[in-house]
Amino acid sequence: MLNIKEIQTIEQDVIVIGAGGAGLRAAIESSAQGLRTGLVCKSLLGKAHTVMAEGGVAAAMGNVDKRDSWKFHFRDTMRGGKFLNDWLMVEHHAKESPDRVRELEEWGAVFDRTKEGLISQRNFGGHRFPRLAHVGDRTGLEIIRTLQDHGIHQGMDIYMEVTALELLKDGDRICGVLAYYRETGRFVIFKCKAVILATGGGGKAWKITSNSWEYTGDGYALAYEAGAELMDMEFTQFHPTGMVWPLSVKGILVTEGVRGDGGILLNNKGDRFMFKYIPEKFAPETADTVEEANRWLKADKNARRPPELLTRDVVAKAINAEVKAGRGSPHGGVFLNIATQLPGDIIKKKLPSMYHQFKELAEVDITKDPMEVGPTLHYFMGGVRVNPHTQESTTVPGLFAAGECSAGMNGANRLGGNSLSDLLVFGRLAGIGAKEYITKLSGSVNINEDQVTTAIRKATDILNREKGTNPYLIHEKLQETMQDNVGIIRIEKELETALSDIEKLKAEAALVKAPGSSQYNPGWHEALSLHSMLVTSEAVARAALIRQESRGGHTREDFPDESKEWVKYNIVSKKGPDGKMITEKLMKMDPPEHLRLIADASLEDLEAGKI
Amino acid sequence: MALRTFKVYRGNDKAGELKEYQVNVEEGMVVLDVLHRIQADQENDMAIRWNCKAGKCGSCSCEINGKPKLSCMTRMNSYGPDEVITVTPIKTFPVIKDLVTDVSWNYAQNKRIKPFQPDPKKKDERGYYMMQEDVERTQEFRKCIECFLCQNVCHVLRDHDRKDAFVGPRFMIRLASLEMHPLDIADRIPEVRKDYGSGYCNITRCCTDVCPEHIQITDNAIIPLKERVVDRYYDPIAWVARKITGDKK
Repeated sequence: MLNIKEIQTIEQDVIVIGAGGAGLRAAIESSAQGLRTGLVCKSLLGKAHTVMAEGGVAAAMGNVDKRDSWKFHFRDTMRGGKFLNDWLMVEHHAKESPDRVRELEEWGAVFDRTKEGLISQRNFGGHRFPRLAHVGDRTGLEIIRTLQDHGIHQGMDIYMEVTALELLKDGDRICGVLAYYRETGRFVIFKCKAVILATGGGGKAWKITSNSWEYTGDGYALAYEAGAELMDMEFTQFHPTGMVWPLSVKGILVTEGVRGDGGILLNNKGDRFMFKYIPEKFAPETADTVEEANRWLKADKNARRPPELLTRDVVAKAINAEVKAGRGSPHGGVFLNIATQLPGDIIKKKLPSMYHQFKELAEVDITKDPMEVGPTLHYFMGGVRVNPHTQESTTVPGLFAAGECSAGMNGANRLGGNSLSDLLVFGRLAGIGAKEYITKLSGSVNINEDQVTTAIRKATDILNREKGTNPYLIHEKLQETMQDNVGIIRIEKELETALSDIEKLKAEAALVKAPGSSQYNPGWHEALSLHSMLVTSEAVARAALIRQESRGGHTREDFPDESKEWVKYNIVSKKGPDGKMITEKLMKMDPPEHLRLIADASLEDLEAGKI
Repeated sequence: MALRTFKVYRGNDKAGELKEYQVNVEEGMVVLDVLHRIQADQENDMAIRWNCKAGKCGSCSCEINGKPKLSCMTRMNSYGPDEVITVTPIKTFPVIKDLVTDVSWNYAQNKRIKPFQPDPKKKDERGYYMMQEDVERTQEFRKCIECFLCQNVCHVLRDHDRKDAFVGPRFMIRLASLEMHPLDIADRIPEVRKDYGSGYCNITRCCTDVCPEHIQITDNAIIPLKERVVDRYYDPIAWVARKITGDKK
């Protein structure tokens, strides 16, 4: 018989799960608010996915182009998100990002500089002005290291290589987290008053993804099982430019900074095809000739932006269409060329890690030859539905979410650069939210022993059963069905196939077997993460089936247009009383008038200060 | 596709062996891909660390045919077609299991370093002012991905096991990145000498040779730090000046 008294119990006020940018920023804030804070992460500190972010962090500081302001950033983000974003979150984000970026400098970050000596900013898809503070093409590394080096001195306790298994509840409210040490396989109970989820997304359910092994949708599944709502899960961002060759690196990210710095997309006929794919809504703001695009690259302020810098959903679908029409590159992508646009030494200076990555992994010298690129699953716009003022779950008291794990900020499509600012702004907000929640809390909480023992037994059964399916095989099957049936272009029949496959895989996963002991056993870890990936995949497929339109990161072949009706709704999933997933439409709130005016304003009126 | 022979360390700090595997290798694969294939098909419980698979996170450090490498950036075609590939954990840190080592000592060193302290005079409402040419040296050090390969080959740590005396190259560049940060006003030179053991490095440049980010650890970080220590403590004129002014540094 399992005795809960023998399990290590650690008490904190707040447990933050995930130590990427959002988790670190949340833990820093929570500590600053005087709360005892524990930071739990699956990898070593500083290795989380933020480290992979390349291009920059979006903040309307106006250091390069003085015309920029929070209103333009707000308008760009709403338009990029196809108006499905939470208006209040986007407002808060646009206003707050500059302070959050400057704060990083206070903590030791060293961004690239303007001639005046301020933080430099670069162009990016969907952003009207040069807005991305950056460090070459390794901005994420700079941010995570800055937060890490600052965070370790703020009094938080850090639990590395620890995986959360289940959120513990006392009645309705959060009272802790059950987790295990990856090194030893020992279980641990974190008793706490609030939990902040900052676990990122769930790209590992797809075959071609820029995401690492950690991205298994843990936060979505933990929240879902605890009774939280998941929103906008159908909106999965396929980044237009992932590597396509060699096979073993298929999906690895090629920064949008390549296009921001002038890189062009070509098909196998040598055509700069993006000029053919300019959506009506963006036509007035996009260059329609190569000549104008070239002038823009030379910083002519009257020239419009090249079509390669349209939002990610548009570019990814254009590449997909070119490849399908037989105009792709030899390995099933298209060509991305910076070599003809910039001198070699500048390329090496502005894009050092891209140069390195292609040289080492694909034996391509990007200062001389084009890259081959294609869409890769990169980011989840959807996630835990939260209160826009506090980041608290709409249904579970004491549960908070921030960064990619939460929904609302990015709507149907995220602009590049907005996730690094998102995680700073909303990581901090979650820390403040947790403080407010805990201050109002009365009475003590108790751990439910049954919940703990049931969860532990389920986990150890995987090791103890005589035989069962190989966890890697189940994962592979899931990746295949998600890639084939819930990909960049979706259709009813295929989404139904995916859902029926997911049902079968759930049954297989219930009987999965991991050989070996519990000590640092990746097979067991893989088996334990299957549940998260299955919940995530189901939520995506169900929402994708319900949304009968195409918008941002969700494209339906059978409903190819944006619908005026559907912009009024988000889709929300939660666990029903019978344990099955319920997925429903939910009417969006009307936006505040002052925000509606900014979103609908013409660029001229905004620039003239009329709005 | 070709069948290749791999030998991988399986075991812990006390006992272990090199186990042999036959794996099908395809064009373009890196060593980490092969390890993943072994893990998925033959040994579900083989422990390895990895994250980004693009040389950006520094998780997959190991020794391949005796050379310290990131396994995600080591292409199979950099070896002969029949060459046996032997993969072992980095040697300087205790093995937890298979290719995973206990690198927590490094995190403890980072915590000992005095945090960044900016000069408030260098900012206005638009932020801090620094010139690009003044930040480039610090930026070079900040490229570090904490793969700890430099720590792994440092003689002081690897051969002499003097983790008690020297923080190692990784943290010398961390210190240099702070000391050469145009905004920083804290002084860490006394600790560089006394607590972090700059004198232990005898400039063999092994750390620089293995750095996957090609940071000039020895020439640009360690030697300048040593020079600052020398200027402060061993310059006779400065010594006299300190005596007169009563400066204790």
